[in-house]
Amino acid sequence: MKRLLINPRFCKGCGICAAFCPKSALELKDGKAALKERCSCILCGLCEQRCPDYAIFLRDEVGA
Amino acid sequence: MREYSDLIYKYTRVDHLPHIWCAGCGNGILTRDVAVAFERLKLEREKTVVVSGIGCSSRAAGYLDVNTIHTTHGRALAFATGIKLANPELHVVVITGDGDCAAIGGNHLIHAARRNIDLTAIVFNNNTYGMTGGQYSPTTPTGDKGTTAPYGNIDRAFDIARLAESSGASYTARGTAYHTLETIQAIERGILHKGFSLIDCYSVCPTYYGRKNKKGSAVDMLIWQRDHGVPRARYDALSPEERQGKFPVGILQQNDYPEFIEQYQRIIDGCETEQERSAFIHD
Ligand SMILES: Cc1ncc(C[n+]2csc(CCOP(=O)(O)OP(=O)(O)O)c2C)c(N)n1
Ligand code: SF4
Ligand code: SF4
Repeated sequence: MKRLLINPRFCKGCGICAAFCPKSALELKDGKAALKERCSCILCGLCEQRCPDYAIFLRDEVGA
Repeated sequence: MREYSDLIYKYTRVDHLPHIWCAGCGNGILTRDVAVAFERLKLEREKTVVVSGIGCSSRAAGYLDVNTIHTTHGRALAFATGIKLANPELHVVVITGDGDCAAIGGNHLIHAARRNIDLTAIVFNNNTYGMTGGQYSPTTPTGDKGTTAPYGNIDRAFDIARLAESSGASYTARGTAYHTLETIQAIERGILHKGFSLIDCYSVCPTYYGRKNKKGSAVDMLIWQRDHGVPRARYDALSPEERQGKFPVGILQQNDYPEFIEQYQRIIDGCETEQERSAFIHD
């Protein structure tokens, strides 16, 4: 099972992940990407593919 | 635990992150596309060289964990030509900007293409000189503004992919910061292609080109790419009317023109006496 992780240290708050998330699962909170509700994320990885700062990503939960 | 995307782990100097690019800059997306293409091709890091010139785009060389050289403005293709000739076994990939490769480096571009030397040039094309504050570049559309064109640019823009094709490049492709999968694939195929390959990738510079031309945020600029760029197979199925205002993303053309290093090797092999040989090979 994968899990969505966000690194606020790398995030510059451009909003690209939130704009192109097919489930509208993301928002900007205090200028950083944040999950609105984990249950709506379908783990598609589109946010990871377009994040210019490598700050949002999917990771296998085992061994993470 | 790694605190960044695994997609970039293998070929990126993660200790240099976060990178210097502005929020929403397309260069970060395109650099990842390059790293993913390297990973998919399982390129040996020791046999891979990334050469760049000068510009925001050219800073990408600093973040890729292969052999890298950040050269002088416009000259990346000249350095790359020397590296490839000295050791043809290397994969030599050039990362360059629209200014770097089509303004100051325009002559190197047309001659690298004309020679059809086995290099892969990836253009991060943001329609401006980002690093120096937003002057107009050879790909700034007519009428658009730059610090050096406050009333609008009166020049016509180069289509860098077509320029390379007409100069003799045997592989040209279009990428965009939005179309990541198509762009990764175009880069992969360009690296595999024997001959001069150029992937002209539309980037976004929200800070200068975007702001000066009221193009909105980085998101708005990527939405424009999404709505106007059409993956090649789908584009081919469109009627001429449907193609109005759209552009294809993916491979634009590919052919098998003779490649420069092979031709050069043939001359070396053809030299019969040691004396003739020594004119080409210097110890
Ligand atoms: C010989 C020389 N002339 C001019 C410059 C100043 N200069 C630095 S970057 C640049 C333009 C870069 O534009 P581009 O290649 O489009 O890259 P971008 O920053 O937009 O990614 C210029 C003119 C320089 N560094 N060296
Ligand atoms: S993985 Fe997909 S669904 Fe989940 S936040 Fe990212 S884009 Fe949205
Ligand atoms: S000035 Fe433009 S090209 Fe340079 S880092 Fe900022 S957004 Fe990117």
